[in-house]
Amino acid sequence: MADGGGGGGGGGGGDEPEELSDKQKAEIAKWFLANAPAGEIQYVAKDVRSILGDDKIYEMAAAEAFPLHNKAHLLALEMPDRSGDVLITTYGELDKINYFDPRTAQVATVDHVKQVCTNVRPANDDELPSPYIEDFRSTLDAELSKYVGETYPKGVCAVYCVSGKDAEGPGADFEFVVVISAVKHSPQNFCNGIWQSIWNIEFKDDLQFVEIKGKIQVGAHYFEEGNVQLDAKLECKDSTIFQSPEDSAVSITNIVRHHETEYLASLEASYVNLPDTTFKDLRRKLPVTRTLFPWQNTMQFSLTRDITKEMGIGK
Amino acid sequence: MEAAMDLMRRISPKESETALSALLSLLPHHSADLLSQVDLPLQQVCMDQQLMKEFILCEYNRDADSYRSPWSNKYFPPLEDGPLPSPQLRKLEIEANEVFTVYRDQYYEGGVSSVYIWEDHNESFIACFLIKKDGSRTGHGRRGYLQEGSWDAVHVIEVGPEEEGTAHYRLTSTVMLSLTTEDKSSGTFNLSGSIRRQMSHDLSVAEGHLCNMGKMIEEMEGKLRNSLDQVYFGKTREMVCTLRPPPDGIQLRLPEN
Repeated sequence: MADGGGGGGGGGGGDEPEELSDKQKAEIAKWFLANAPAGEIQYVAKDVRSILGDDKIYEMAAAEAFPLHNKAHLLALEMPDRSGDVLITTYGELDKINYFDPRTAQVATVDHVKQVCTNVRPANDDELPSPYIEDFRSTLDAELSKYVGETYPKGVCAVYCVSGKDAEGPGADFEFVVVISAVKHSPQNFCNGIWQSIWNIEFKDDLQFVEIKGKIQVGAHYFEEGNVQLDAKLECKDSTIFQSPEDSAVSITNIVRHHETEYLASLEASYVNLPDTTFKDLRRKLPVTRTLFPWQNTMQFSLTRDITKEMGIGK
Repeated sequence: MEAAMDLMRRISPKESETALSALLSLLPHHSADLLSQVDLPLQQVCMDQQLMKEFILCEYNRDADSYRSPWSNKYFPPLEDGPLPSPQLRKLEIEANEVFTVYRDQYYEGGVSSVYIWEDHNESFIACFLIKKDGSRTGHGRRGYLQEGSWDAVHVIEVGPEEEGTAHYRLTSTVMLSLTTEDKSSGTFNLSGSIRRQMSHDLSVAEGHLCNMGKMIEEMEGKLRNSLDQVYFGKTREMVCTLRPPPDGIQLRLPEN
């Protein structure tokens, strides 16, 4: 982000600090909005609006920042026809306000700032994958949904075809992106969290091989009389053979399940190690002596550290 | 201002410098309030060129663009008539720095500490104890677990005038920390946070001011460390287990809504 806005607010001498330009103010507002933790953008928005004191600048910033935030956090919005949720992602983005939902084959129009879905329509033929591809996609989607439903209390997922969607039959490569997102908001407990995984699944027809790359990201924020955040991520790789849609779906889901379960275990291990190992590198719980520090015995220090003059001798 | 403080609680602690800088430029007329109420990691450590010892830079030892070293009591870069503590307070300051160095060694096994003491009105004084520890494996991290790790503590104690053998001590402590572990199989794991607490006591001055202040700080640091570890980090861990409950039902106690 732009550094400090042109030297405003320096030193505190007698003169008035420089006023920021509207553009600079909007940039700052944008930064705050885009960096809001998952699920907190509306609170951040309220704060920013009040600090800016200028709705025009706020709206300029919000119009740019909200879409970025929504996409980065895989926001799930309920579709008005109650057919489910649509996920706001770069993979399903048709244009700035229209997002494709592969499961229900609909296109949803959204208001990013209000974070609602305002309209749905059926997808056009050219927006949909071919039947051959859709067979793979929907079977995988069904298998994954089952996994996500069993594993994440508040999970949602989607499978997008990002390449090769018009392939008519065997002989073509194609690529899917699997998006899994689970969000928990507990503002009354001052706690919010998000689990996000994005899996790239590349079907390579000539090698009869499926390459899988995953990126998992977990965040948590606790802010009751303090501010503590967890930010953890992992990248991983795996592969399987190119099989029928049903077998591929099972195989891929098993791989996803395996890596995500392992990742949760490794997060737990990191936490278990904290008090006695990692945290200890910052500050011990007690000195090696296992007793509190002897503040009274300043003479003791003179002897052990070989300092004579400066200590308050005879205190 | 309330909105500004709320923002600082929400933005990631790792970005707090950028956030504060942004708020200062948006709210220049509130800069005094912001600077005093917002916790920031301790910026820099400077070398006392005369005694070749490091000291921490902060608002409490700054005058214009120079900083006073608690070791030589001189300003770097040199300053004609920068304010100095009275001889009596300077004596206390010297002792405090020496003793605090040992305290720091015992708990932190490395790092840098500085103590600054100056007069307040009405025969009171204010003492500021600072610790800056880099626990990364390239810094002072003894065990090499941390890719990145920092602990910054600022303890400001207001000490009231001595009355009938006791004095009033008011401590405001802020700890800011960040730790990151990184390896191929488990990825990047980062916890960062800031926490501020206060504690007040009326204590007999029989053992001396330094002893009283030291004990308060030690007690406070212990509480903050435990609180961060068990409560704060613990809550983030609970959240992870809420998002994706562990397979064999090892549920952590979680207060539901």
